[in-house]
Amino acid sequence: MSKTTEQVRKSLGKRYRAEKRFKAYGIAAIGFGLMALVLLFTDIIGKGHSAFFESYVQMDVTFDQDTLDIMDLRDEEELNFANYDGLIRDALMEKFPGVEGRQEKRELYGLISTGAGYMLRDMLREDRDLIGQTRTLWLLADDDVDVYVKAGDNDRLESRLSDNQRKWIETFEAEDKLELQWNRSLFTHGDSREPEQAGIWGAVTGSFFTMIVTLLLSFPIGVAAAIYLEEFAPKNKFTDFIEVNINNLAAVPSIIFGLLGLAVIIGLFGMPRSVPLVGGIVLTLMTLPTIIISSRAAIKAVPPSIRQAAMGLGASNMQVVLHHVLPLALPGMLTGAIIGMAQALGETAPLLMIGMVAFIVDVPGGPLDPSTVLPVQIYLWADSPEQSFVALTSAAIMVLLSFLIAMNTLAVFLRKRLERRW
Amino acid sequence: MDTAEKFDEKTPGSDKLAGQIEGEQAMDNTTRYPDQTIGTPFVDSPKMRMRDVDVFYGDKQAIHGVSLDIGKNEVVALIGPSGCGKSTFLRCLNRMNDTIDICQVKGNLHLEDQDLYDPKLDVVELRARVGMVFQKPNPFPKSIYDNVAYGPRIHGLANKKYDLDEIVETSLRKAGLWDEVKDRLHSPGTGLSGGQQQRLCIARTIAVSPEVVLMDEPCSALDPIATAKIEELIAELSESYTIAIVTHSMQQAARVSNRTAYFHLGRLVEMNDTETVFTKPEHDLTEAYITGRFG
Repeated sequence: MSKTTEQVRKSLGKRYRAEKRFKAYGIAAIGFGLMALVLLFTDIIGKGHSAFFESYVQMDVTFDQDTLDIMDLRDEEELNFANYDGLIRDALMEKFPGVEGRQEKRELYGLISTGAGYMLRDMLREDRDLIGQTRTLWLLADDDVDVYVKAGDNDRLESRLSDNQRKWIETFEAEDKLELQWNRSLFTHGDSREPEQAGIWGAVTGSFFTMIVTLLLSFPIGVAAAIYLEEFAPKNKFTDFIEVNINNLAAVPSIIFGLLGLAVIIGLFGMPRSVPLVGGIVLTLMTLPTIIISSRAAIKAVPPSIRQAAMGLGASNMQVVLHHVLPLALPGMLTGAIIGMAQALGETAPLLMIGMVAFIVDVPGGPLDPSTVLPVQIYLWADSPEQSFVALTSAAIMVLLSFLIAMNTLAVFLRKRLERRW
Repeated sequence: MDTAEKFDEKTPGSDKLAGQIEGEQAMDNTTRYPDQTIGTPFVDSPKMRMRDVDVFYGDKQAIHGVSLDIGKNEVVALIGPSGCGKSTFLRCLNRMNDTIDICQVKGNLHLEDQDLYDPKLDVVELRARVGMVFQKPNPFPKSIYDNVAYGPRIHGLANKKYDLDEIVETSLRKAGLWDEVKDRLHSPGTGLSGGQQQRLCIARTIAVSPEVVLMDEPCSALDPIATAKIEELIAELSESYTIAIVTHSMQQAARVSNRTAYFHLGRLVEMNDTETVFTKPEHDLTEAYITGRFG
């Protein structure tokens, strides 16, 4: 055995150990990251899953015309403002006849959500023959009841409900007239002060309109800027300056863009506050650098040999770009755009500045209606004192995260799909 | 990233060039360049006529006063050690150097009566007349048919599908590729072997019926069998086209060309009939190169 071989053998063990250690560091790092992710998801899902269901109680409701205080059934106005809460109160009094005194009555009425009255109204508007009839209905319970029902035995002791209310709920539970039903209002309503009626649909549509505006503005502008800078711009101090500034723009804190939107778009141009159009413009400013930088990278990645081949055949600059560079760079550009959009979808700070943080109950019908967006809705709910909003906040986070995951998956899918055309 | 780096595949960067010039000058300072190119760089009624061509990359001069003619239907081989400027010179002939910002070309270059660097000349028109085949096969990531049809399409050479089909078939036949690909014209050009890809690139170039075809080391990425096919092809093409070819293989130059130009450090040292250059080189540098003492 030669001396070199001997020496090499001696050091081999050490080398392998070093390699193993190095691998272990990497695995530890990945494990740490995964653990953080698992913790995040278990926490959010653990808190949020209960918000997808709400408590309903079953009662016999009589549509009594006198209680409703309706003279003329054909009068829509009267139908709208009739005393539906009275029907519920009557039903409750009928169920628990022994309740006396103002305080106790208030506690009893507090069991049912104010939203239940709207349900009765909608039923009556649909079918006027209900007047005088008695129906067995599932009525939406108040959020405090909901919290109490969902809580474990220990947590029930801390509930805000009075002893009387607990007793009544136990009666409902014993009769099997209390159950958790799918929380439809979460996906159909806008925001509300009452947690049991609050929904994210307003924020989802607001986010949707904002994203549409952002996409329509930032993708064409970003791609055009990238193509010009990469393919046509002369290389001089001025274009270098632009390039440096685009990179700087990517690092500007997003709230600054919000201030800009407030001062220029709302202040100077007089556009309305709290609307997705302005939100979209502000987010466009924020997304543009991401799209420009990733589009330029995609254009740079097009092999120079392809350009040369096209130019050698006599293609003009424009033809080289349109026929060869763009088709090859498009997957990269799309990926960049989707990642930029995902960033914009999760952005809160700049939108606070332009008033999209307002309390808006109506679901927006277009980009010019006041609205809020998902992350701002999460921020608003996290700030609300009612206990039920804890679960709602986590539920809204789950919805936002699923949108983000869907967008990122789409980006990966598009890249895989378009990149390998041959 | 500046453009010079972007086109690094075949373009000598100015730094690399500068280093070589200094290094080799130190080595060769006993050898004199001839005041004038030795041999017969000029022909009667040339297809392309170049006089006193200087090329600069920024401050560095890459080509020093090169004058030569390329005759009609002639195959001219440009040989010389790496970094001697032969590729740079070739790229002047269809103004591919335009894409490099710091590159500057001076001198008189004519294709028949047309001044190549006339500011009024549209480079698109020039490149349709002077086609180019590159070192590495670079088919478009499109079908074989679309690769060949691309040039005729952008120049509007065929109005009907039938005409275009014919151009594609003729070009592929001339490039000796038709029999191999006629059943899969619509499969990707990038799926062919290296040699087939290079012949596809030649077919693509001749599809626009250029008058001159420039070839920049067309066989350097190919195996000997593919190389032999391309060389045969060059011989056939020379019947209808004027060809200028840069090559590192002296055997190849000897096999395919009528005349050979020997470049050294940006100067055209010697140009003569190919046979003369390889059998009776007149200048020391030429002799040293072809006998393999450097390069």
